[in-house]
Amino acid sequence: MNKESTNKKLTAAELPVGDYVEPGTAVAFDTGSWRSIRPVWNKDKCIHCLTCWISCPDASIKIAPDEKKETVVTGIDYDHCKGCGICSKECPVKVQAITMEQEKK
Amino acid sequence: MIKTVFSKGKLVAKTGNEVMAEAMRQIEPDVVAAYPITPATEIVQIFSQFVADGVVKSEYVAVESEHSAMSSTIAASAAGARAMTGTSSQGLCLMWEMLYIASGLRLPIVMAEVNRAISAPLNIHGDQSDTMGARDSGWIQIYSENSQEAYDNMIQATRIAEKAKLPTLVTTDGFIISHCMEVVELYPDADVKAFVGEYKPERYLLDTKKPYTLGSIDLQDYYFEHRYQLAQAMRDSKDIILNVAKDFEKTFGRKYEMYEKFMLDDAEVAIVVIGSTAGTAKVVVNELREKGIKAGLLKIRVFRPFPTEQVAKDLAHVKAIAVLDRADSCSGAFAPLHADVVSSLYAAGVTTPKVVNYVYGLGGREINTTHIAEVYETLVKIASGAQKPANQVEYINVRKK
Repeated sequence: MNKESTNKKLTAAELPVGDYVEPGTAVAFDTGSWRSIRPVWNKDKCIHCLTCWISCPDASIKIAPDEKKETVVTGIDYDHCKGCGICSKECPVKVQAITMEQEKK
Repeated sequence: MIKTVFSKGKLVAKTGNEVMAEAMRQIEPDVVAAYPITPATEIVQIFSQFVADGVVKSEYVAVESEHSAMSSTIAASAAGARAMTGTSSQGLCLMWEMLYIASGLRLPIVMAEVNRAISAPLNIHGDQSDTMGARDSGWIQIYSENSQEAYDNMIQATRIAEKAKLPTLVTTDGFIISHCMEVVELYPDADVKAFVGEYKPERYLLDTKKPYTLGSIDLQDYYFEHRYQLAQAMRDSKDIILNVAKDFEKTFGRKYEMYEKFMLDDAEVAIVVIGSTAGTAKVVVNELREKGIKAGLLKIRVFRPFPTEQVAKDLAHVKAIAVLDRADSCSGAFAPLHADVVSSLYAAGVTTPKVVNYVYGLGGREINTTHIAEVYETLVKIASGAQKPANQVEYINVRKK
């Protein structure tokens, strides 16, 4: 359920029948707070191969078209990144554009 | 016994399994996913032949287990299809966790179920332990006394499930009905199709214009409300079941209710029973009536939802009642049907009838008119005060010592 509805909780009569909710609720759920280590992306080293983007289980690698209309990495979505480190591991050995750093307390 | 009651009906000789498959052919669901198991195998085997022969346009999914059968049926139903399956005994046991998901997601799946004992010891014969085990899973449960009822119940179940948004299973007693050839009246395809109508789900996952999330996590704040909805839907489904039965009677001429009363209105002693044994008991009731004994019978057709108020009302005047269970709950107390009958009576303030509980027929053990006559004899003694009712469950036709 979204944040709004947790304030005023729906009754059984008001709830949609069965266990179903509106789509895309994961966007509103901030899983970034779970992270203990964070990926740090180095824009200068990145070759935009998108290996991190396709490997990320939480769709937390941000991409966008550049001026040549080619898809490039633009950053990391820290609201949803859980800090699993897959992007850093999958980043080509010769590139190493993503490094994992301890999350500050 | 069975007569044509519908002008375009046709009398045929068929087994319980064959008529259930026949009902499925006429209903022609979008998807059937099933795994074979004795004594229910034939239902889906015959249906898969219909698919292979192009008689129906249904999709048949041959899965690797009953767990997958129920999972696939759930997926098909969630996607927006009219989905069915069939199973028995261990197969229903393997579906266990998925049964609750089907009801929790409020998917109107219909299952043809053949009642069979549960292992161990290994046994393939008829008793109702399997569906009694699933009694709290949020499925509507409709039991059949004979093949005609099995056929009629399948047709009604489709509409009941879709209206109540509850999965519904229709059972027959293993081998006794499933493999016994009887005369059954079948209705023309077009009339059955018209009766069940086209399935139009209010919402479905393949509807890309109205996307939604199904089966999300539901913790302390909402789980209870969803379970309450399910329990309430089960209570509300009683009216739906009766309305569908009324329409069925209007269309095809056969009358159905939540339960059947047989010589009950003036009865002093009565048996409450589910399934094929009701037929045997009716013979005994007729014999006793000829001797002047006021015997009666109440046959439960719909066990879930349980018709609690009406059962209490119709049993209130009976002096002694025997509830016959073809399943033992191994609870150290009483068997499932007895528990529901007694709590229904007590809740309605009906405390005068003496009620005893018998477990019978486990693993297909013989239950005949002599056994049932003995139960009525005991009831007559209890009713007259000559014998005290047993305060624990008793067993028919078992070698105890």
